[in-house]
Amino acid sequence: MKSHVLSQLRSLEAESIHIMREVVAEMQRPCLLFSGGKDSIVMLHLAVKAFAPARVPFPIMHVDTGLNFQTVLDCRDRWVERTGVQLVVASVQEGIDRGLVREEPNGSRNRIQTPVLLEAAEKHGFDALFGGGRRDEEKARAKERVFSFRDDFGQWDPKNQRPEIWNLYNGRVHQGESIRVFPLSNWTELDIWAYIEAENIDLPDLYLAKEREVVERSGMLYEVNDFTPLKDGETAQVLSTRYRTVGDANLTACVESTATTLRDVVEEVAAVRLTERGATRGDDKVSEAAMEDRKKEGYF
Amino acid sequence: MTTTLSESGPEAHNEIVSGDLLRFATAGSVDDGKSTLIGRLLFDSKSIFADQLESVEQVSKDRGNDYADLSLLTDGLRAEREQGITIDVAYRYFATPKRKFIIADTPGHTQYTRNMVTGASTADVALILIDARKGVVEQSRRHTFLATLLGVPHVVVCVNKMDLVDYDEQVFEKIRAEFTEFASRLRVPDLTFIPVSALAGDNVVTRSENMDWFDGSPLLSHLERLHVASDRNLVDVRFPVQYVIRPQQNDARDYRGYAGTVASGVMKPGDRVLALPAGLETTIASIDTADGPVEEAFPPMSVTVRLADEIDISRGDMICRPNNAPTVTQDVDAQICWMDESASLVQGKKYAIKHTTRWARAMVKNINYRVDVNTLHRDEEATEIKLNEMARIRLRVTQPLFVDSYQANRQTGAFILVDEATNKTVAAGMIGGAAHQY
Repeated sequence: MKSHVLSQLRSLEAESIHIMREVVAEMQRPCLLFSGGKDSIVMLHLAVKAFAPARVPFPIMHVDTGLNFQTVLDCRDRWVERTGVQLVVASVQEGIDRGLVREEPNGSRNRIQTPVLLEAAEKHGFDALFGGGRRDEEKARAKERVFSFRDDFGQWDPKNQRPEIWNLYNGRVHQGESIRVFPLSNWTELDIWAYIEAENIDLPDLYLAKEREVVERSGMLYEVNDFTPLKDGETAQVLSTRYRTVGDANLTACVESTATTLRDVVEEVAAVRLTERGATRGDDKVSEAAMEDRKKEGYF
Repeated sequence: MTTTLSESGPEAHNEIVSGDLLRFATAGSVDDGKSTLIGRLLFDSKSIFADQLESVEQVSKDRGNDYADLSLLTDGLRAEREQGITIDVAYRYFATPKRKFIIADTPGHTQYTRNMVTGASTADVALILIDARKGVVEQSRRHTFLATLLGVPHVVVCVNKMDLVDYDEQVFEKIRAEFTEFASRLRVPDLTFIPVSALAGDNVVTRSENMDWFDGSPLLSHLERLHVASDRNLVDVRFPVQYVIRPQQNDARDYRGYAGTVASGVMKPGDRVLALPAGLETTIASIDTADGPVEEAFPPMSVTVRLADEIDISRGDMICRPNNAPTVTQDVDAQICWMDESASLVQGKKYAIKHTTRWARAMVKNINYRVDVNTLHRDEEATEIKLNEMARIRLRVTQPLFVDSYQANRQTGAFILVDEATNKTVAAGMIGGAAHQY
C-alpha cells in the first residue's frame, strides 16, 4: 500500500504553490521582488511550477542598486530568458539622480532602495508583493504573517495584522493598501539549500566555492575586484571562498569554504546548524554572515 | 514515464533533509516552562546556531543565573510585551533526521483563544504543559478544549517541573488520572502523558535517569514517531478549484487545467468525478504537476487536474466523487471563535465569508448560544459575541457552499468571516455538530 505521506520539501513546495495561486487568484496586480539571491530565485522557481504550463502570470521586480555582481545580473537574465517572465527594473541610481534618495556615507544602498521600491510599486499599481522572507531568519520575524498587510503608506503595523487560520488567507485590501506575501515563511535556510540541490536550481556561481583573490578587513573576506580594490598597505591572498548572501558588490563579503557543489553547500549548511557550543573563529564568521543575511533579505 | 511525487523528487536524492513535516501547537504561560521546553527541544536537537547560544549564555551569566536560561531563545515575545505590542503566535522550526517540526507557539493569557485557535488550526499535535506542583488547572482544561474543538488529532500532556516534586511517580499518576477523567468528556483521539523537566532536560530529548518508573518515550522521540499520515482524510475526495490555468501561449493553447490543493481523498486519472455547483460528471484525464503527470494526488499536494469533458468550472468550484459529495447548502451551523477586538458579532450583521477557495456573503441568522471557554457553560441568552468568545451560530450564505462537518474534514469544514468595512478577519468557523459533549 502506498503511504500517502508527502516529504517535508514537497510539503513546503505544495504550501508555497498554494499561497502563490491564492495571490494570483485574489489580487489585482501581484509582483515578485527579485534580488538575484537564492531565496528570490527559489520563489521564482516555485512560481514557474505553480502556473505551468502557462508562464508566470506576474512580473518580477529587481531593485537595481547599481552595485551588482555581474554573475548575479547574468543569472537574472538567464531566468528571464528561460521563463519568459516580465522584468521590471527599479533603478536606485536613477532615484539618486532624481533626488528621490541620497547616497549614504558608508556607500551602502541597502536602506535607500526602500523608497525606490515603494515608488516603483505605486507607479505600477502592484497590490501584492512577493518577498523571500523566512520566519527562521530572526526572532522578530517569527510572528510575521504569510499575508502581511500594509497600509497606504506601505507601512507594517504589528498590532494590525490579520489572524491566519488554516490556509484561508485574506488578501482583501482597500484602494492604495497592499499586502506583502511570504511564500517561503515556513522554510529554513537548510530547506532552501536542500531544495535547490534536489531541483538543481540555477544560481549565480558566487554561492559555490572557488579560489578567489581576497583581502581581509575587520575579520571579513572581500574579493579583490573593481568594487573592492586593494587599498594601500593591504595584501591579497588566494583562498577557496564562497558567498553565503548576495548583496551590494562593494559590501558583501565571502567566507572560506570548499563547497564546490550544491551537495557540498547543503552539507556545509547542515554542519553549521550542528555547530557545538563555544563559538570558534569560523563560527564568528558564520554568525556575521547570518547577520548580513538578515540585512540583505530584510529587503523591505 | 509517469512517477508519483513520493517516489521522485527531493526525497530520492537527499538524505540530509528527509522525513515528513509535523506541525505542533503549544500553549501556556511563561510560568509553565513552555519557553524553556521549546528552548530545550531546539538546543538538545542542535537546532540553534552557535551565536544564538552564546548570547543566551552571556545574558544568563549577566543576570547571575546558574545555568543557561533556554527560555531566552524564544524571547522575541518578552521584548514585545515590554513594548506593549500585541503578543501573538510565533512560529519556530527545528528538524531531526526523521522529521521537520513547525511549532506554533502561542502565549497563554493575552488573547489566548484567538492565538490558540490560530495555532491549533493546522496542528497535528497539541502540546499541553502542566506544572507538576500545580496539577490540572483551568488553563490546561481550556487549552485541551480548544485543541479538540479545532480537531487536533494528538494531544501530548507534558507534566513539567518533575524535578521540583522529587520525580515522584505518584504526583504524575495523580495528574494523569485527573486529566484522563476530564478528557474523557472531550474528543481526544490520542492522548499521551510524559513526565518531564524542561529545565533539567529529563525526558525531553533524552530519557530521564531520574524516572525509571516511566516506561514511555521522551517527548522528542514520541514526536518523531507519531503516526500522522492516517489522520488525514484520504477517503472523501474534495478538490476546491483554486485557479484555472489556461495559457494564452501558442505552445499550449488548448490546455485547460484546474489548479488547486487536494483538501482530502486520493485522486487518480480515470476516476469519475462530479463538479459542483455545475452538477456535471466527467472523468479525470490527467493530474499534472510541473514535474510531469502523477499517478495519484493526495493532501496536501498542489496539482493541476485536467478533465475529459469541457465543463464550465471556475475558482471556488469543487471537484468530488459522484457517490461521495459534500453537502451543498446556504445554511451553515457552526461553532465560531470571535477574533476582532473592535466590533462584536451580532445577529443580523453581514460578513464576507471565505470557505475553501470560495468567497460569498453571509448573514448571522441566529446566535444559538455562547460557550464560556473556561467553564464550558452555555449561555443561550447571549446577544453578542466579543473578542476571544466562542459561540454556536447559524449563517445564511448568499450562494451555496460545499461543506462537510469540521469533524470529518478540517478543510471543507472550516471558514473565516471577514468584516466588509475593515477587511479584517474577524472569526474562525467550524461547521457542524459540537465536537464535545459538555
